[in-house]
Amino acid sequence: MQIEATINNQKMTLEVAPDELLSDALRARGFLSIRQGCDTSCCGLCTVWIDGKPTLSCTTLAFRVKGKHITTIEGVRQQAEEFAQVLAAEGAEQCGFCSPGFIMTVLAMKQELKNPTEQEIIHYLTGNLCRCTGYLGQLRAIKKYLGGA
Amino acid sequence: MFTIERVLQPATLEEAYQVLNAHVSNTVLGGCAFLRLGSKKIGTAIDLSKLNLDYVLEKAEEIEIGAMTTFRTLETNPTLRECFNGVLPKAVSPIIGVQFRNIVTVGATVYSKYGFSDLLTALLALDTEVELHKGGRMTLIEFLNKSYPKDILTRIFIQKNKRRASYQSLRNSSSDYPILTVAVSELDQKWRIVVGARPLRAQIATKASEALSQSKLSAEDIGQAAALAAEELSFGSNIRGSAEYRKAICPVLVKRGIMEVLQCK
Amino acid sequence: MKYVGKGVPKIDSLRIATGHPVYTEDVVPANPLVVKILRSPHAFAKIINIDTSKAAELEGVVCILTHRDVPKTRFTLAGQSYPEPSPYDRYILDEIVRYVGDEVAIIAAVNEKIALRAMELIKVEYEVYEPVLDFETAHEHPSVVHPETDLICNVDIAMQQDKNIVCSHYQEIGNVEQEFAKCAVVVEETYYTQAQAHAMMETYRAVSYLDHTGRLVVTSSTQIPFHIRRQLARALEIPASKIRVIKPRIGGGFGGKQTGAVEVFAALVTLKTGQPAKIVLDRRETFTCTTSRHAMRIKVRLGADEEGYIRALDIEGLSDTGAYGEHAPTVFWVLGEKTLPLYNKTRAVRYHGKVVYTNKMPAGALRGYGATQGTFALESAVNKLAEKLHMDPTELRLKNIIRAGETSLAYHGKILGSSTLHQCIERGKEMIRWQEKYPRQEISPNKVRAVGMAVTMQGSGIAGIDTASAEIRLNDDGNYTLLLGSTDMGTGSDTILAQMAAEVLETSLDRIIVHAADTDISPFDPGSYASSTTYVTGMAVVKAAMDLVAKIIAQGAFLLGVPEEEVTFNGEVLQCGEKTLTLQKLAELTVLGTGKLQLVGHGTFGSDVSPPPFVAGFAEVEVDRETGKVELLDYVAVVDCGTVINPNLARIQVEGGIVQGIGLALYEDVKYDAKGNMLTNSFMQYKIPCRKDIGNIRVAFEESYEPTGPFGAKSIGEVVINTPAPAIAHAVYNAVGVRVTKLPITPEKVFQGLQKK
Repeated sequence: MQIEATINNQKMTLEVAPDELLSDALRARGFLSIRQGCDTSCCGLCTVWIDGKPTLSCTTLAFRVKGKHITTIEGVRQQAEEFAQVLAAEGAEQCGFCSPGFIMTVLAMKQELKNPTEQEIIHYLTGNLCRCTGYLGQLRAIKKYLGGA
Repeated sequence: MFTIERVLQPATLEEAYQVLNAHVSNTVLGGCAFLRLGSKKIGTAIDLSKLNLDYVLEKAEEIEIGAMTTFRTLETNPTLRECFNGVLPKAVSPIIGVQFRNIVTVGATVYSKYGFSDLLTALLALDTEVELHKGGRMTLIEFLNKSYPKDILTRIFIQKNKRRASYQSLRNSSSDYPILTVAVSELDQKWRIVVGARPLRAQIATKASEALSQSKLSAEDIGQAAALAAEELSFGSNIRGSAEYRKAICPVLVKRGIMEVLQCK
Repeated sequence: MKYVGKGVPKIDSLRIATGHPVYTEDVVPANPLVVKILRSPHAFAKIINIDTSKAAELEGVVCILTHRDVPKTRFTLAGQSYPEPSPYDRYILDEIVRYVGDEVAIIAAVNEKIALRAMELIKVEYEVYEPVLDFETAHEHPSVVHPETDLICNVDIAMQQDKNIVCSHYQEIGNVEQEFAKCAVVVEETYYTQAQAHAMMETYRAVSYLDHTGRLVVTSSTQIPFHIRRQLARALEIPASKIRVIKPRIGGGFGGKQTGAVEVFAALVTLKTGQPAKIVLDRRETFTCTTSRHAMRIKVRLGADEEGYIRALDIEGLSDTGAYGEHAPTVFWVLGEKTLPLYNKTRAVRYHGKVVYTNKMPAGALRGYGATQGTFALESAVNKLAEKLHMDPTELRLKNIIRAGETSLAYHGKILGSSTLHQCIERGKEMIRWQEKYPRQEISPNKVRAVGMAVTMQGSGIAGIDTASAEIRLNDDGNYTLLLGSTDMGTGSDTILAQMAAEVLETSLDRIIVHAADTDISPFDPGSYASSTTYVTGMAVVKAAMDLVAKIIAQGAFLLGVPEEEVTFNGEVLQCGEKTLTLQKLAELTVLGTGKLQLVGHGTFGSDVSPPPFVAGFAEVEVDRETGKVELLDYVAVVDCGTVINPNLARIQVEGGIVQGIGLALYEDVKYDAKGNMLTNSFMQYKIPCRKDIGNIRVAFEESYEPTGPFGAKSIGEVVINTPAPAIAHAVYNAVGVRVTKLPITPEKVFQGLQKK
């Protein structure tokens, strides 16, 4: 089936199967930042924004984004790099495999929450698993990023 | 691996209902969080997103919540944060993460009657009704206790009253399924104690609720009601905890729930 | 020093963090066949018949392979230097399946959907056997997991196949029983450590194709490209010279990718079809069909004299390796190697026990590699001993642990080159405010807070075995290429190795191109495991850099026409009195011009010792007396990893390792049902710590100087996972008097303990 959607501010017509997941549809179209980590909707690696909200692309059926705006990290590269620089200064990207989904959630949080407390930051990001860093370096980076932004 | 042959985004509920019942393999889509866990073969997948069911509406007598409303909306909605001491946001906010709660819907969760559901536990402590497209409106308790022909859950309604409520859960890892959930509420000295994730579905501990309502709420009364809740309900085992353990901690959470309600304004 | 000791960002940080296509699945040749594996539904069975005819007829199915179609050479998936101590006990596909998830058939199709549909069409008849599921009784079980006669052990590991015993081990120094008889205080306890999943975020995956000369190229998310090449050569019965293994960026490893989980399946499909093939395990397969940490039962006996000197130490282990013996003997040996030397006032020590086969998913390498299991048992026992001696557990350690310059009964007659463990303990005590908080503080009628502690050691590389090489090339424009075979799996090892090279070459980091790893190009390196990269590969890099500096000076002297001894080199300019020559000019003259000599520095390093890094870990917990729920409030880790090469990356290694250790302590547990089906097969059922689970973690370094290491460095990768489990268990005991001896410390176990009191 054909759907129209806007991906990273570009209107696109996509041919998708009824049971195709948005994550697969995006990867197949070259958005290789989309990673799958769990198959059970609980790791946050595949996070993209749908109409600005952080959402699991691995759980969203592609046809359901008809008429919506999807944003991947490829679409917010500059913002992502600004944060990634702070993250890298902490050494907290480590393997980097979960970073795109994590960064998309951080950037969404920045838009959604005004001056979040540490607890609010942790709560907002609980759905983003990471096995390398132990999370604390990420938290330090977020605080620096928000503080300086 | 699940498969879907066709999709439909119906313009009316009636159309959705007709298609749903046209074939046994036709299914209404919720948030789809559990779709990938199984190997469901869906004929027509019915997506209700064009039916404007994603809302929380505060009315004079009740709060109306559309079936496609996400957990994230429950968590952040100002009305729900105010009412019943914010018991609904409290119940749903520990679940996985923001991007998950932006997907999971109220309707699919309630309709599926999941045993582990935090939401059902909290909703049962409130005066909740559900509406099925064909089956009509009924109390949540009635809905949970009976089985209905395939239908579409359209809305839930919560009586807007002065009910005070609290929510307790015990989890090992914070983002795990709960080992036990408890919601306690009180309205005009009538108490209600709900225990979920037993791991069976949430249920009202009626005797304990009754006993507490009759009591003077002394420390002893509260302890007895809490113990009674554990006595009257059944508990099972899964990898998160044994039946014995659940039964043993049930009074603890119930007692804490009661104490918290007593401190609520 | 200009680069060593600086927290520079990783050289690949921006690109990997912002989602650029640099991982295995991102660099796939066009239209690869998709490889899927049909897996056994039974824990133990023989395949009587496989009918693939219906599946093969499906359009888009390119090949289906069963045990009838694969080479019959037994091999091991363990990534270890040859000769591997792990037994050669598997075929690519066998007619006997030994756990739920064992491979039955390989399916290659043009896309995933077709491959999965084909899988459903394969009909397999099994003769189902009684599985061996309980590792404590495996040795007497009538079923024999490995009855085959062609199993090969490269080294004598005292295998008893008919008793499901993979390996037996006995090591005693002094006479343990005699020493126990003399001890004033003896404690004994049996501990259980669970299987743990690696849970790296990138699941196992590999891509293979034939190159322009017909050689097999395998791109894989692996920690061990050179071992994979050797493994593939053996299993596929082709010369290693016909195989090239490339490692792109890796999405985490933790030892999981020290085992060749998937490469052979894609490679075989490519060899059979001539076509590119890709295999990506899903998360469920990653949980259920790869490897985990070895679950163990560990009995510890400790004896001390009246003054609190530990005189006798006896550890008996039983390890569950599951269906295959990957890393079975070595993980078991490491448990003893990394625990016995720690307390060196001992007069007799013993380590003995067995590793057994069961019909469960194989165990394998996982960060800590036996030391983690051993540390939980030993440190828990030491804490118990402290109580019995009425001694502060920190004082007991300070009195008994090995110091630099000393040896230990089980330290092979070597002298410990470096240790600040005493300072680590003192500093950790201050940071956690031990004097105020030990043992407990009542917070409310239900809640109590308490502190606990543990110490640990690991190694740095494998003494006498690990040998790594590095090369540094001076390029035509005066830049360098650092060629490595080690495998940065996210730790930042490419960066810290470049820092070391930059330090010696006195150049800036951006003038060093790092290349790793590709078996066609890289110098040999066993790969990144056994905490080897900073220490072993690091030393090879330092040697290579020094070699190159000497060559640059020699060449400079030649070009300047002066004696070598009179030439100085500051990284930019070669100088002899008034005469100067820039490096850039030298490069130009040698590589392009009349010098006719491209300068390459070589370094190869292997060590006779494996210098241990140390950690003192301190936990503060709050325990809910009514539910048994343990909340970790604070964790302090003070680390001696020698010289810290990159403080930021080292700190993240510590924090990440601590959190993985917290997972082991409180949340993670690989569980099976009564038929051998794994229940914890997703992140919903197997809980790694999330952000809310970890409390505060504070890290400090007490640097020592390791004389055998690069710039005095030791390792850090593994040691950091070891202390949380015993320290948290200790804190829980100090809080509520419940000794949890079986990990993980769940609320229910603490509650049960409270009920028994």
